[in-house]
Amino acid sequence: MHTGRAVALRRSNVDTDQIIPAVYLKRVTRTGFEDGLFAAWRNDPDFVLNRPESQGATVLVAGSDFGTGSSREHAVWALRDHGFRVVVSSKFADIFRGNAGKGGLVTACVAQPDVERLWSALEAEPATEVTVDLNARTVSWGSESVPFDIDDYTRWRLMEGLDDVDLTLTHADQVAAFEASRPSWLPTTA
Amino acid sequence: MPRTLAEKVWEAHVVRRAEGEPDLLYIDLHLVHEVTSPQAFDGLRVAGRPVRRPDLTLATEDHNVPTMDIELPIADPVSRVQVDALRRNCAEFGVPLHSLGDRDQGIVHVVGPQLGLTQPGMTVVCGDSHTSTHGAFGALAFGIGTSEVEHVLATQTLSLTPFKTLAVTIDGTLAPGVTAKDVILAVIAEIGTGGGQGYVIEYRGEAIRALSMEARMTVCNMSIEAGARAGMIAPDETTQAYLEGRPRAPKGADWDAAVAAWQELHTDDDAVFDREVVLDAATLAPFVTWGTNPGQGLPLTASVPDPAAITDEHERSAAERALTYMDLVPGTPLRDIRVDTVFLGSCTNGRIEDLRAAAEVLRGRQVADGVRVLVVPGSERVRLAAEDEGLDVVFKEAGAEWRHAGCSMCLGMNPDQLAPGERSASTSNRNFEGRQGKGGRTHLVSPLVAAATAVTGRLTSPADLPPVSPSTYAGKGI
Repeated sequence: MHTGRAVALRRSNVDTDQIIPAVYLKRVTRTGFEDGLFAAWRNDPDFVLNRPESQGATVLVAGSDFGTGSSREHAVWALRDHGFRVVVSSKFADIFRGNAGKGGLVTACVAQPDVERLWSALEAEPATEVTVDLNARTVSWGSESVPFDIDDYTRWRLMEGLDDVDLTLTHADQVAAFEASRPSWLPTTA
Repeated sequence: MPRTLAEKVWEAHVVRRAEGEPDLLYIDLHLVHEVTSPQAFDGLRVAGRPVRRPDLTLATEDHNVPTMDIELPIADPVSRVQVDALRRNCAEFGVPLHSLGDRDQGIVHVVGPQLGLTQPGMTVVCGDSHTSTHGAFGALAFGIGTSEVEHVLATQTLSLTPFKTLAVTIDGTLAPGVTAKDVILAVIAEIGTGGGQGYVIEYRGEAIRALSMEARMTVCNMSIEAGARAGMIAPDETTQAYLEGRPRAPKGADWDAAVAAWQELHTDDDAVFDREVVLDAATLAPFVTWGTNPGQGLPLTASVPDPAAITDEHERSAAERALTYMDLVPGTPLRDIRVDTVFLGSCTNGRIEDLRAAAEVLRGRQVADGVRVLVVPGSERVRLAAEDEGLDVVFKEAGAEWRHAGCSMCLGMNPDQLAPGERSASTSNRNFEGRQGKGGRTHLVSPLVAAATAVTGRLTSPADLPPVSPSTYAGKGI
């Protein structure tokens, strides 16, 4: 369960080049990407993230097709580094959504009319607190509560904070057995 | 039960299946580059894990590298640190690497196929969304994030939920001058940037079968721009002919066994796709984008659209924003749009056939005054092949810059960038805001349109150009 203030980003097709432009991808660490978040748009003082009421917000409410384009997981890291814990949208790009699940960023997929109502509520009252309940799979604000989609496995992993590599390594025998059955003509790079 | 091509490749790679969990899939080939791998190698180091199969892993330097003065140290210190990190990581973990200056260096999605590493029926991943390129061979190939890169390095597997299947059928024959790039831009405009979300696309039909391997790679490359993680084309004689004799292709009895296995790699007649889209090749024409996502495209003969005419509220506001960013006025013929820069290259259109097609247009012609033309081969081998054919001379005599291999201006991580307000015709794959440089404006085009645009300085198809006069031809000594 997460509760925090939210930012209404009224744009669809927010691609990962907008979330973090390529010139910010040169770091070799997993943190420190906050300054690249929406870098081009943040030059505009009126951009929603620059407004005083957006400071400290932890939920981003965006238009459809959020996270399209490049597979850069830096987009997830930049959102997390800025303080976001949840992105709400009616549609997420596949790779972004997978990366978010690995990076501890919840992607709550709600119906577009629900996004619109949440946008209106946030624009009417920026201090509105939004609660995202992974257990109940609901996004709530004021007197409203709407359901969101997230697959069971990702939800379980987010709630348990599990390491994927550790999980897979418990099946190392099966990996080795599969490996032994691969056709001999498959290429190697060695 | 009849199955699609994608389902066959998926099923053949399932290591483990359990109720309520994603499938664990084996990965046959993992391609690595400098930008999305350093944090993954760090993760291995922290956990004390080796790379499970360095012999199924190949790294190359592409996103950051300069395309000129490559014998000098990389000037940008931050880029240099990232490239050095890849070199150290590959040395420490035993991963083969093609570094700057190596003749097998180049864009990861050009290098894999040209070495013959990408083969039908394989699973191929890379920390890069354009990994979909490799699907042209009937491989299941898709981009992954850095956490998944670490997972594959450590386990040679990935946990994945099956994709849905989408058939995109292009019936009929393409008109002369209409290329694979125009096909895929038209497909994206048709289904939208989110239309393929959750799907793997299989491209089918007469027009697809008629494409060369390199053209098929162009089509599959941009599947991700339609939202699909992967695109595939069933292997056939064209695929075999491309692969035979390549350094990493099977040889002798292995070749025969591989070819026999590849015969099964097609969608069964009665298989059902989750969704189907059909386009008629005869209706397709040279296509360009006018907006800031790859779905905002139109035939070159059209005009900049009027957002007021768009009924969907979100599409309308997206179009308004795009036109403001692109500084375009509704109703302007696309052919009147002037560009400052032409970029020929990228994993979409940086292969030898692309360079040949563009050179054919530029042969005996001159780049328009004030237009900068960058020609960046997709790999060093493509550069060397082009130089063997004299294409570099054609480009240079026309007034274009001939460079070394890399991702270059497709995403501007190296010095090849648009300045704010500059406008390009680009054979790359993304026209996102600032993609080619902060404030830069991008029109996605085919290599043919790129070359013709270089000549006139406006978005132009080769068919619009006056013929080359024989005297010009002779005067150039070509």
